[in-house]
Amino acid sequence: MASLVDRHTGFVAELRRAGLPVSVAEGLDAVRAVRAVDLLDRESLRAAYAATVVKRPQHRATFDTLFDLWFPAAVGDGAGAARDPERPARTLDDDGRPVPAALDPQVRRRRDELAELLLSGDDAGLRRFARTAVAEYGRTPGQESWFSSGVLSALSPETLMARLLESVLTGRERGGMAERVARRTFRDRIARFSGLVAGEVRRRIAEDTGVERTARIAVRPPLERLDFAGATRAEMEALRREVYPLARKLASRLVQKQRHGRRGRLDFRRTVRASLASGGVPLTTHHRPRRPHRPELVVLCDASDSVSAFAHFTLLLTFALREQFSKVRAFAFIDATDEITKYFAPGADITGAMTRLAAEADLVWITGRSNYGHAFKVFDDRYRDAVTSRTSLLILGDARSNYGELSLPIVRSMADRARHAYWLNPEPRAQWDTGDSAASRYGELLPMYECRNLTQLAAFIEELA
Amino acid sequence: MTDAMFASPADAGRRLADVRYLADDAIATTVFLAQALGKPLLVEGPAGVGKTELAKAVAAATGAELIRLQCYEGLDEARALYEFNYKKQLLAIQAAPADRAWQETHDDIFSEEFLLERPLLAAIRRSDPTVLLIDEADKADVEVEGMLLEILSDFQVTIPELGTVSAVRRPFVLITSNAARELSEALKRRCLYLYLGYPAPDRERDIVLAQVPGIEAELAEQLVRTVGTLRDLEIKKAPSIAETVDWARTLLALGLDDLDEAAVGRTLGVVLKHVSDQERAAKELGLSG
Repeated sequence: MASLVDRHTGFVAELRRAGLPVSVAEGLDAVRAVRAVDLLDRESLRAAYAATVVKRPQHRATFDTLFDLWFPAAVGDGAGAARDPERPARTLDDDGRPVPAALDPQVRRRRDELAELLLSGDDAGLRRFARTAVAEYGRTPGQESWFSSGVLSALSPETLMARLLESVLTGRERGGMAERVARRTFRDRIARFSGLVAGEVRRRIAEDTGVERTARIAVRPPLERLDFAGATRAEMEALRREVYPLARKLASRLVQKQRHGRRGRLDFRRTVRASLASGGVPLTTHHRPRRPHRPELVVLCDASDSVSAFAHFTLLLTFALREQFSKVRAFAFIDATDEITKYFAPGADITGAMTRLAAEADLVWITGRSNYGHAFKVFDDRYRDAVTSRTSLLILGDARSNYGELSLPIVRSMADRARHAYWLNPEPRAQWDTGDSAASRYGELLPMYECRNLTQLAAFIEELA
Repeated sequence: MTDAMFASPADAGRRLADVRYLADDAIATTVFLAQALGKPLLVEGPAGVGKTELAKAVAAATGAELIRLQCYEGLDEARALYEFNYKKQLLAIQAAPADRAWQETHDDIFSEEFLLERPLLAAIRRSDPTVLLIDEADKADVEVEGMLLEILSDFQVTIPELGTVSAVRRPFVLITSNAARELSEALKRRCLYLYLGYPAPDRERDIVLAQVPGIEAELAEQLVRTVGTLRDLEIKKAPSIAETVDWARTLLALGLDDLDEAAVGRTLGVVLKHVSDQERAAKELGLSG
C-alpha cells in the first residue's frame, strides 16, 4: 500500500475528477484534520475528510463511494470474516455442481441469518454479514470479477419481506399503518444491505484491478450534473426532492437581483419628510421601489416517453417558481396539445398532478408518437391567445418529430409574437440534427439551449426571469 | 487557540451528551475538529434538525458564553459589528464646555465610551471562552458574507477611529444555514462543513427518550418510525426533530400508549402543518379520519 500522503493526494485528485470542487486550501485542511483524529478509527477519518472537502450535501454519495475505495474497511476476506471450511457456502450435488439456490440448505441457512439481522437492525452485524456473503457468493468459480448480482440472487433479500413483516405484525391487522411503517423500516434495511454488498464488491474489484480504475467505473456524477435521461429510480427520487430547494434558491436569487437593480422613481414625500431632520436640506433622497418586471410564462412541453423524465423536472420547477411569474400556463403535447395548467393549481399535490396529467390530458391524436408539426398546429388553433407580447415562451422537447412535418411558420409566428422565446433540448448537443432531429431548423427560429441536468436548468431559469 | 475545549471526538460526544445533545460520530468529530483546527463550522440542513441547538450545546458543554448574531435581509455592519452611539455623541457635544477645542471633543466622541458593540465585535473582544453563533446566514445579503469572510479569516476588525481590534481568544464560530441561498464558495472554503440531515431512527429515539421523560421506549420507537415514514412521503414540510418531540409530549399528555391509526389521526396536526400534507398522509397511511 502506498504511503499515507500518496493515498491522500490520490483520493483528493479522484474527488476532483468526480466533480467535487476541492481547492488546494481544502486539501490542506483535510491533512490537518486527519492529523487531529485517530487514524485507526475509520469513521472519524471519514468525518474528518467529509468536514473539510465536501461542502454540498449532493456530493456526499460520491464522496462516500470514493472514500470506501481509498480507505477500505478490510483487505481480502477481512479479519474475522474469513470463510470457514467447515461451513460451505453452497451444497454441491453429485456432479460437483452447486444445487440451485432455492433448494440449497446452506443458502437457506444464510437467508435465516440475514433475516435475523434485518429484523434486529444490527448494523455492524449486517456489515460483517455482507462481507462474508460477498466472499461466498460474489464470484462464481471460473469468473474473473466480483458481482453483487451473485450475492443478491442467491440470498434474494427482497423475498424476505413477507417473513419479516409476519414476525413484527403478529396478531395485528394487516394492511394498516403499522404494516406500512414496518415495511418501510425493512425496505431501508434491505437497501442498506444491498448498498453494503455493492460497496464490498467495489472494494474487491479495486483490490484486483486498482483503485483508480474502479473509481472511474463506480462513481456516478453528483446529482446536479446527473443526466435526467440516465438517472436510476432512486436518483430520480433524489432529483425530485431537489426541485423544491432549487426553486427556493432560484426565487430568492431572482428577488435579490431585482432588489439590487437601479433605483426607482424619486419618492418626493419621503424625501421631504426626511429633509425636515436636516433643516429642509434633502441630504438623503428616497426612492420608490422599482416595480419588478414579472413575465408571463407559457410552457409548451413534449410529454412523449423519450423526454418524459426531463419534462417532469422542468414542469415541477416551473410550477415551484410560480411566484416569479405573473401568470404561468403550461401545455403538454405528444401529437396533440392540451392545457395542463389546471393540474398544478396552488396547493395541489405535485406527484398526484403528474399522474393525473398522464391519465387525463388529451395529448394523443393518432399515433402517440411525437409529432411537433401537428402539436404546434393544434396549439395555434386552440390557444393562439396564450402567447402575447408579454409572454416568455418556453418550448421543451428533443425536436424529434419522427420525420413528420415541422410547422415552422407557426413556430416562427409564435416566437415573433412572444416577448422572449426559448427552446430547451434535453439531448446532448452532439446528437442534434442526427436522425429525425430537427434541432437546428427550429433553432434558427428561436434560441435553443442544451438542458440535461439541474445545473443547466437552474442557469437557464435564472436567465429567463 | 490556547486551551483545548475538547480532548478528542469521543470527549466532544460525551460532553455534548452531558448537556442533553445526542451527537452521532460525525457530529462529534466535526465539532472536535472545528475546535482543534480553530476553524468556523458551517452547519447546513433542513429546518428543525438541531443546528442552532448544537451551538447552544457546545456553549453549555464548554462553559462558554453564547453570542448570537441572527441574520436577516438588510442586516448591515452597524447591526452586526459595531456602531457609534450617535445620540450619546450629540449629548456629549452639547454638554461640552464652550471653551473646549473642537479637536478635543472630536477625539473624545469617537472613543471607546461611545462605541456600541454588536455581536461580531463582542465575540472577538471577549477574553473568556465564547461560542459565536451566526444563525441563518443564508438570510443575509451577499455583502454581509463578504464582511464575515474578512472577520473569520483573521479574527480581527479595523475600526477607523480606534485602530485594529484582534481576537484575544478565538471564539468557536458556528454558522447555520437552511440553504435558501447557496453561500459563496469563498465562505464555504474557509469553514468546516457539516450537513445535519434527519437523524437515524436509533438516534432520534434516544433524543425523544432524553427530551421526554416518562415515555416508554417502545412507544418512542414506534413514534420515530412513523415520523420516518411521514418524512418519506412527498410532503411540503417534513416533520422536524422538535416536532417529533412535541408529538411524544402530546401522546404522553393524552395518555395514549399505542400509536395506532386512530391516535395518529387525532394528533397529526402536531407534526404536519399543511392541509395538503395531512391529506396526503391520511391517504398514504390509511388513516380512517
